[in-house]
Order: sequence, then structure tokens, then C-alpha cells
Amino acid sequence: MKRIEAVNDFVIKFANVNGTGSASANNMFAKSLFRMGLPISPKNIFPSNIQGLPTWYEVRVNEKGYLGRRGGIDMMVCMNPQSMAKDIQEVEAGGYFFYDSSKPLDLRMMRSDIHFIGVPLKDLCQREYSDARQQQLFRNIIYVGALSALLDIEFDVLTGLVSDQFRGKEKLITSNVRALEIGYHYAAEHYQCPLGIRVERRDAVGDQILIDGNTAASLGAIYGGATVAAWYPITPSTSVVDGFDKYCKRLRIDPGSGSKNYAIVQAEDELAAIGMVIGASWNGARAFTATSGPGISLMSEFLGLAYFAEIPTVLIDVQRAGPSTGMPTRTQQSDVLACAYASHGDTKHVLLFPATPRECFEMTAEAFDLAETLQTPVIMLTDLDLGMNDTMSPPLVWDDKRQYQRGKVFNEEQLEAMSERFGRYLDVDGDGIPYRTYPGTHPTKGAFFTRGTSRDEYAVYTEDGEAYEKNMQRLLKKWDTAKNLVPMPEIIEAKKGGSHVGVIHFGTSRDATLEAVDALAAEGIVVDTLRIRGFPFHKSVDAFIEQHDTVFVIDQNRDAQMRTLLVNECLVSPRDLISILNYNGTPISARKIHDEIIAVLRGDNVRPLHKKKMAKESV
Amino acid sequence: MTYIRPAFRHPDLPRNDLGFTRKDYEGAISTLCAGCGHDSISAAIVQACFELSIAPHKVAKLSGIGCSSKTPTYFLGNSHGFNSVHGRMPSVATGANLANRDLIYVGVSGDGDTASIGMGQFTHAVRRNLNMMYVVENNGCYGLTKGQDSATADIGSASKKGEPNHFEPIDLASVALQLGATFVARSFSGDREQLVPLIKAAISHRGFAFIDVISPCVTFNNNPKSTKGYEHVRDHLAATGTVDYVPFKQEISTQYEQGKSKEVTLHDGSVVHLHKADPELDLNSRRSALRLIKDYKAKDQILTGLLFMDEKSQDLHEILGTSKTPLRDLGAAELCPGQKVLDKLNESLR
Repeated sequence: MKRIEAVNDFVIKFANVNGTGSASANNMFAKSLFRMGLPISPKNIFPSNIQGLPTWYEVRVNEKGYLGRRGGIDMMVCMNPQSMAKDIQEVEAGGYFFYDSSKPLDLRMMRSDIHFIGVPLKDLCQREYSDARQQQLFRNIIYVGALSALLDIEFDVLTGLVSDQFRGKEKLITSNVRALEIGYHYAAEHYQCPLGIRVERRDAVGDQILIDGNTAASLGAIYGGATVAAWYPITPSTSVVDGFDKYCKRLRIDPGSGSKNYAIVQAEDELAAIGMVIGASWNGARAFTATSGPGISLMSEFLGLAYFAEIPTVLIDVQRAGPSTGMPTRTQQSDVLACAYASHGDTKHVLLFPATPRECFEMTAEAFDLAETLQTPVIMLTDLDLGMNDTMSPPLVWDDKRQYQRGKVFNEEQLEAMSERFGRYLDVDGDGIPYRTYPGTHPTKGAFFTRGTSRDEYAVYTEDGEAYEKNMQRLLKKWDTAKNLVPMPEIIEAKKGGSHVGVIHFGTSRDATLEAVDALAAEGIVVDTLRIRGFPFHKSVDAFIEQHDTVFVIDQNRDAQMRTLLVNECLVSPRDLISILNYNGTPISARKIHDEIIAVLRGDNVRPLHKKKMAKESV
Repeated sequence: MTYIRPAFRHPDLPRNDLGFTRKDYEGAISTLCAGCGHDSISAAIVQACFELSIAPHKVAKLSGIGCSSKTPTYFLGNSHGFNSVHGRMPSVATGANLANRDLIYVGVSGDGDTASIGMGQFTHAVRRNLNMMYVVENNGCYGLTKGQDSATADIGSASKKGEPNHFEPIDLASVALQLGATFVARSFSGDREQLVPLIKAAISHRGFAFIDVISPCVTFNNNPKSTKGYEHVRDHLAATGTVDYVPFKQEISTQYEQGKSKEVTLHDGSVVHLHKADPELDLNSRRSALRLIKDYKAKDQILTGLLFMDEKSQDLHEILGTSKTPLRDLGAAELCPGQKVLDKLNESLR
């Protein structure tokens, strides 16, 4: 029988039952590889449930540092009888299936092309522990111990992790190490260790850290000077504000008085959450909210107000699979259009697309500068995959000399010195961005009325069509100004002078895209890539599309939303952009991108390859 | 009709402690219907702020959508105003208050804006004891969309169209009492004597101060069959008593009858004095207030005046434990922990 042989390059998946304490054991497994200097990308695949339903944890180990989903499972650790039949089917031929052999396997599930590795976890636990809860918890640790032998994980690294986790609780350290040993010895005695797939220490991680995007974003909010967070709990964004709360308790308590240099309000719904952010920002504080798709729908009316009344607003949207409640615990990039044009009337919003935890940190901090500079909503679009999974990332960096960009705000002295009338919506500098004042600044100057109704340059209500148009035009001018302020796209040219094939991607498609591009290069197909990091699009996005004969756009949604946005906002025909789509709720894989690009380039697809030639022919 | 107010100020105009005249608290000229109750409420707010000697720019006025929500344009022209979206003023006020605890927050809403589309946000602002005055200008109908019944319209009450309302009304004062509002009053736009001291007390109160002001809609809901028309309200009024608001440092000079009066000292040292018309009323008891509202309603009377006060309540900032310095005044030195802290954090994530 074939046996998958691989060192530091495989995918292992754990099938567990939600609420059985498997998460910490699985984390320990992943972290042990990370500490052996190996790049990993663990992904939780979990149900909308607290206890009882199947949950999976997929870890890709790849010493070259490819972190996207690869596709295919080399080893399955099956701890859940409910999902076993399907889990067995998922294993690649020649792969390994690890299971609890306390009970014999159902023969109908057997496959002759994979290797079954049984460890009687339940029996081992019953022999060792009398308490039912201990039996369950240590069962998880025992399988980690067994994997240590099977995959050649350095045992010291595991015991080191246990010591770190339970520092000061000696009893727990001893008992966990004991459980690891039970598993290790059983596997070592009963199987030829290591298996065909195994790990070996490398120095491939450098100074990188393991952090989830939501936590990184919450730190970005702290470093970015946010003082007010208003939110309504919703998966997968909840941990953004949880993280903000956790780190504020550490970093934002006034040492003298013990009072809080921040305020968090759990609102009654998303409408109130965004309303609070708008109220606080209007009054001069840096405020933010975090939500997911359904929250965006609810916040849309207020986003229109913030756009039209020009109030800085920072919103973090951790996307999940829609529409409606959709698949609330699965990932997607399907709020792109809903966010870009949120609200009725002519509105458009500044968007940021982070691809790594470090970018979640940086872009959240930057969102406050952008929102206050542009006096408009700024929405950072991340997703469940990045937000909730521990992801390898360069360390977080903050320039201590950096100053907050608070935008155009007149203070008391400036108002006092002003001889002319203050015009809240006057385009003084010609960049479309007017000056504002905070409430309570000056006794007789600078007060104005903020409203969602049309008004003149002095914030006085008007239904005059000319004044309305002038204001809408100024908002467009401001939009143009924004094009040069939002993060620039990241362009990677395959060779000097560039290829004639371009791939546009954004957010969490990055890792899989870059890996697919490498695989294509190995087959002699070179492509250039452009990663969109902000909206409105910088002119280099237009140029990239113009310069390439064939342009792919990778979207993790059904309707090719980024492609639509490009068609809408750039001078490009829909025919010129070929979509690669993934929307089954799991992150896009490098294999999928690779295969679809190959299929099109080989002509398996009926769509035109050379847009310029096509255009000429149609003339 | 002129839309420009003369800038001229007579030198003999009375000035308050800060040197401001009453005109300094006025706003733009109202565009509401002539005789609208709302304009009387605006005038009462102007009068109260003038008498309280509040620096006009230290007030933030907020509203939702509707006739009532237009009124912040018509008072306190030197204050920042925020006309938000329909029914969502409470959340905007909450955020504003979180950013700067030192301003005075005046919220104006209507019965549609509060009792229907904004009911959710209203109830939660009450629960949080947000430090603000929240005035509902209650006319029982939707004025801007031409007179549909609102959720505060009484059963059987009919607007201009003549169709009687069939649905149970929401009594906002009772709702506020049940949800824990720490200052609850009801008044009538036509009773400035009562309204001005109530507004002064509400502004001085720390916590959520709610005033339900019955304010007839002269255009759509002022006919004989309406229970929110001038005629009906005037004929059915009953008051909890007369309210005196005595600012801090001013001696209480009036003699009050023992047992029939109640004195409450607010956190800023000012005093609210209620000369009770009904000795049954216990100002510190929600139950007493709720019972009296029902009792009077059963007698087809509208009980106005101060209904309940809890002067020792903790507002949202005190509950959250936020810094005494307004959050918006904190700078990077207080807010940004710097690279050294990040270094440690990075280390813990390896």
C-alpha cells in the first residue's frame, strides 16, 4: 500500500466534539510545531453550537512557509464517532487515520488505501483516571502525546508548553506531562515511529508570532487611541471587542486613580452600536465597533448619515458566510459590495483589506487616522479565517514617534482668531475635506448643526438643488483625495517587465494565491499579482488591469463582488476580468487557484484570453 | 414673515451670572406651524438655560427625526446640535456622552421617534442611566407625515381625519419609571410656569431625566375628539404640585407647609422643592408614581409635574468607572502603550 512520505510538509486534521476541551490540546499540538521552528497554519472549522456538534481543527505544516489552505488531508485524528464515516473518506490515499481503538472500527467504514492507527484512548484513561471529567480532558492530552511519537515532535517542546501554560500550578504540570507520556509510550510501543509524515526542527519561523487577526485588531484599536467601543455580540467579530476589553484592563487603567481611560458599551443592537460610535466620534473621541454581515445590514442607515454628515467612523467587519444568517461560523468575503456602498442614496465608503494579523493591527490603527482625516466611515474588512484563527505573522511594530492624525479640527484659539463666519462644509483647502469643531469649544463661534438632511456650506438646512449638488460634488472630490491616502496595493511582478497574465486578490486569499503563483512558475507559467489593500482604488489598480492581457480576480464569494467593484470603479469592461471563486465556507486553497488558472490559460475555458485582441475583433 | 432675527441687543436686557442675555440662548426662527406646542417647549428650554446660567456652548442638543426633532434648530444657537436618524438619538447621545462627560446633553424627541421606531434605544438609554435630559414632545400623532396616530394616542382619541384609535397607548412616563429612570416628570407645553423649573431640575439632575411634555399638534390633532388637543388637556390637567428650583448658594426663602412639601438636594448643591398638591405622592417611590399615574388616568385626568426622583443615582460613567478627564481629551501619552509593551506581547506569542 502507498504511504505518504513527507517531512515538514503535510496537513493533519483533528475531528472533535464541541465542548470537550479539545481546543487547548489541539493548540498545544500546533504550538509545539511552531516552537520547533516550523511554519504552521491552524484553522478551526467549528459549528454554531456550544456543546455536542462536530468540530474540526486543521493544521498545515509547511517549511517553505505556505500558509494558505492546501486542500486534502494527510492525517486525520478522529475523536468523534458522529463524523467518522465522512472523516475517513477525506483522507488522501496513502494517508493515516488515527482513532480511539477502545472499540473496534465499523468494518463498513474501512478503506484499504489508508493506514489505520488505533490507540485505545478510552481504556488508557479509564485505567489511569477515576474521575469522568479527567478521563475526558486527559484523553485529548494523551492523543497529543501519541502524535509526538508518531510524528517525531520533540517531547521537551511539549513539556515546555505545558509548563508555560500552567505556570505556578505544579500539580497540573505533572498530571499533563504524565498524560503526554502515556500516549507517547503507547504509540512508540505499538507502531513503527515515526510515520511516513513527520517533523524535523528547522529555523523557518524567525521572529514571527502566532496571533489571531481579531486580537491583533483589538491591539490596533488600543494603539490607535480608541477610547470608546460600542458593539453587539456577533460571531466571528466578538473577539475583537473581547480583546480590546482584555488589553484595556492591562494597558488603559489610570495608575493614579484606577479609573478607565476607555469605555466599552455592549449595545442593545448593531444600530445602537454604530450610533454610539458616531456620537462619540462627533464629540471628538476615537471610537469603533466590530461586527459581521448581519450587523452591516443593520448599520447601513447610520453609515449613510456618517457619510453625508461627515463624521469619522471606524468599523471592523469580520465577514462570515451570508446571505442572511448564512453559515455563521464559516468564512467568506461576501460583504464587499454591502460595505462599499452601504446605505441608501449615493454613498461610498473607504475600505481596508488586511491579509495578515500584522495588517489587522496596522490597518485598525490607521483606520482612525483615515476616518478623522477624511471625516467619513472607514470599514476594515477582515474575515472569520483571519479573525478567529491563530495565524503566523511578523511581530507587531509601533513607531513611538508616530502622531495621531486628528484631521482638520478648529480649536478655541483658531476660532477666536477667525474673523469670517465658520463654514462647516466649506472646501477651504480644495481637497474636499472641510473643517470641523468639537462641541463645547468656543462660547460664540464654531457651533453648527449636524444633520442627515441637505444643508449649505454653513450647515444650514436647505433644499436648494444647486447647494445640494455642490455638496455632493465636494464629497466626490474628497473621495478622490482618499485614493491617495488609503493603503497602496501590493504588486508583485514575476519578472522584469512583467507578465501578460495578472492575478488580483485581496484579504485572506493572499497566502493561497502566492502559493499557487509559485506552483505555476515551477511549471513555466509566470503571472504578476496585485493585492488590493484599500478602496477607493489607487490608479495603479487601473494600470495593472490595463497592462495585462489576461486578468484573474480572486473572490471568496459567489457573485464576484470585488470584480464587480473593479468594473464599477475602474475603466474596465467586465469581459476583461476572469473570476476565480470560492464560497463553500472554508478558506480558498492554493490547488483551486492553480487549477483554475491553468484551465483558463490552456483554453479549457471559453472566455477570451486576450482582451485587447478581442476588443479589436469586435470592432 | 421674516427669517432674520435682528442682531441688535438692547443694553438694558437682563443678564445672567455669566453675562449672557436670554437672546444668547435662542436659535433660528421656527418653521413649525403657528401655535405648535413644540415652540413653547423650545422657549422653556431657552428660559431654563438662561436662568441656570449655563454657558451655551457647554450644551449639546440631540434629536431624532420628526417635528419635535427639528426644534433643536430653534433654541440654543450657540450650542452644537445633532439631528440624527429616526428613533436613534439615544445611541448618538450615549456615544457623545461617553466621549465628553463634562457637557450637558439635551435630547429632544417625539412620540413617534421614541415610542415607536426608537422604543428600543429609548429603553436602553434609560437602563444605562445616561446623564442627559430627555424631553418627549408628545402630541399623539405623526405631524410631518400628516397626522397618522402614534403609539401614545389614547384609545378612542381621534385625529383630524376622525378615525378613533383602537390600540392601547404607551405611557412613556410609566415605561421610564419601570425601567429605572432616575428623574421622571410630565408636563404640558401650555404650562410654562411648571415646565421651566422642571427643565432646570432635569438638567441639574445627574442621570437620566425624562420629561414627557404633552404638546398639541395644532394642525392634525387639536380637534374636540383628540385627547392631546389644547382643550382636552387643559380641561383634564392635575398637577403633583408646584415645583421650585433653587440654585446652589441661593437661600430657600419661601415657607412651605409641613408635610405637604418635599425638598431634594441635587449633587451640584441646588435644591428642587415640590409643594405637593397630592399628599399621597412619595417622590422617592416608583410605585407611588406609577399608582398615581393610573389613579388619575382612571379619573380621566392627566397627572403632570414631578413624579419621581432618585438624586443619589450613579450615571453611566460612574457605573463604568471611566476617567474624570473626558475621554476625548486624553492624548497619545495616556492612550498608546508604545513599542516596549508590544515587544513583551510579541514575546508571549511565540
